[in-house]
Amino acid sequence: MSILEVHDVSIRYMTGDFKEIGLKEYVMRKLKGEYHVNEFWADRHITFTLKKGDMLGIIGTNGAGKSTLLKAVSGIMEPTKGHVRRQGNIAALLELASGFDGDLTVRENTYLRGAMLGYTRRFMDEMYGKIIEFAELQDFQDRPFKQLSSGMKSRLAFSIASLVQPDILILDEVLSVGDGAFRRKSEAKMREIINGGATTILVSHSVQQVRDLCTKVLWLHKGEQKIFSKDVQGVCDQYEEFLGEK
Amino acid sequence: MLKRWKQYRFLFEELVKRDFKKKYKRTILGMGWSLLSPLLMLLVMRLVFTQFFGRNTPHYTTYLFCGNLIFSYFSEATKSGMSSLMENAKVFTKVTVPKYLFLFSKNVQTFISFLLTLVIFFLFVAIDHLPFTWKFICLLYPICMLILFNIGVGLILSAMYVFFRDMKYLYDVFLKLLGYMSAIFYTIDKYSAMGQNLFLLNPVYLFIRYFRKIVIEATIPSVWFHLLMLADVTIVLAIGCWVYKKYNHKFLYYV
Repeated sequence: MSILEVHDVSIRYMTGDFKEIGLKEYVMRKLKGEYHVNEFWADRHITFTLKKGDMLGIIGTNGAGKSTLLKAVSGIMEPTKGHVRRQGNIAALLELASGFDGDLTVRENTYLRGAMLGYTRRFMDEMYGKIIEFAELQDFQDRPFKQLSSGMKSRLAFSIASLVQPDILILDEVLSVGDGAFRRKSEAKMREIINGGATTILVSHSVQQVRDLCTKVLWLHKGEQKIFSKDVQGVCDQYEEFLGEK
Repeated sequence: MLKRWKQYRFLFEELVKRDFKKKYKRTILGMGWSLLSPLLMLLVMRLVFTQFFGRNTPHYTTYLFCGNLIFSYFSEATKSGMSSLMENAKVFTKVTVPKYLFLFSKNVQTFISFLLTLVIFFLFVAIDHLPFTWKFICLLYPICMLILFNIGVGLILSAMYVFFRDMKYLYDVFLKLLGYMSAIFYTIDKYSAMGQNLFLLNPVYLFIRYFRKIVIEATIPSVWFHLLMLADVTIVLAIGCWVYKKYNHKFLYYV
């Protein structure tokens, strides 16, 4: 049974004039016919399915469309074409440390983030101690969040999302943060989650990490799906070769 | 609907808590400001305008307070509502959450300030020797309508603000203008019958008028008056919902 089905997904991304201009500029440019919106396909015809317990690694150079794809998978963005089907609850960790509120304390942020990920209050009350313990932030619970180092912020974000057994967990460049000790701990945690039956998607620039953790691999290049395969080692070899050629 | 409420209740509560903490951060009086600022405003207006309008208007203080109470709730709610979506841009581009929750949270905050001011208002009504009649129950109607109206306007404004940051300045000017046109500190009986009817086109004036009718004149407005209010609210709310539905997945590109 597939937990996640991404079928022929294409996403058209918009950039261009509209972003930074004000009302006056907008009207002027509309009148002059100089109002341009650049549309480009960030992802094209991506198709893959994941079963329970799969761990997918997404590899590709910068601008390959990895993050955009994750946004579509997590439901933040809607695909322009194609569809995404998900079963069960999903926890997405995109650009970890952002989305927290610097003025609130660590405790308040933990609850807020938990709420955003769709947990209940009772659940958070139960898990709060464990989350803080895993993130090793016991001494910082009532400090304003902005006083934390970026490593601590990512640790907290990871702890909140991972300690709660989501059906689908999405990690974007998550494991590359924190010091060596925490990285080992988080990788162990990841394995535990995968063994517990969760489906995980990992975006990483570290090919080694993908080799170590993943059971499936998706290689994106300039928005196109190059390879989707179970042969993680083989694809990683090819990818490293490709990187070497550049 | 009920299921959605259950699902997002926790998030909503946390958002409300956050907004409260952020609003009163580093203020000594905290919530006290919600009470004090309308009172100070009232005091100033009372001092300034009594000479011009106060002599012929019975219960002028209450008259003024009605206007201020409604108008400041409206402007607070819509102004804070306007920025609600932009302020949370970092959140909704990273996590899937219903975007209107940010606006609702701000609205809860301003509504609580409004309630506190309302208590003070009733105190003033008592001091002004106005009788509390059973008709006061009717005030629930304009209050409920005003909440919905503020949400509707907030939905529209917050969406527009994402697309055009000029909205902030434009809206400030608009609010000032609207304030002058809402008969907050003057009476409208000097205008012709036609002119007086034009005031009814202003939804904010409708709310103020309703309050004055009940509190000062102890009469219940006509059925048509109720329906007019309902129509205004329905239209604004419908446009607001439509905008959010249409642009739900587009906001992302503009922040």
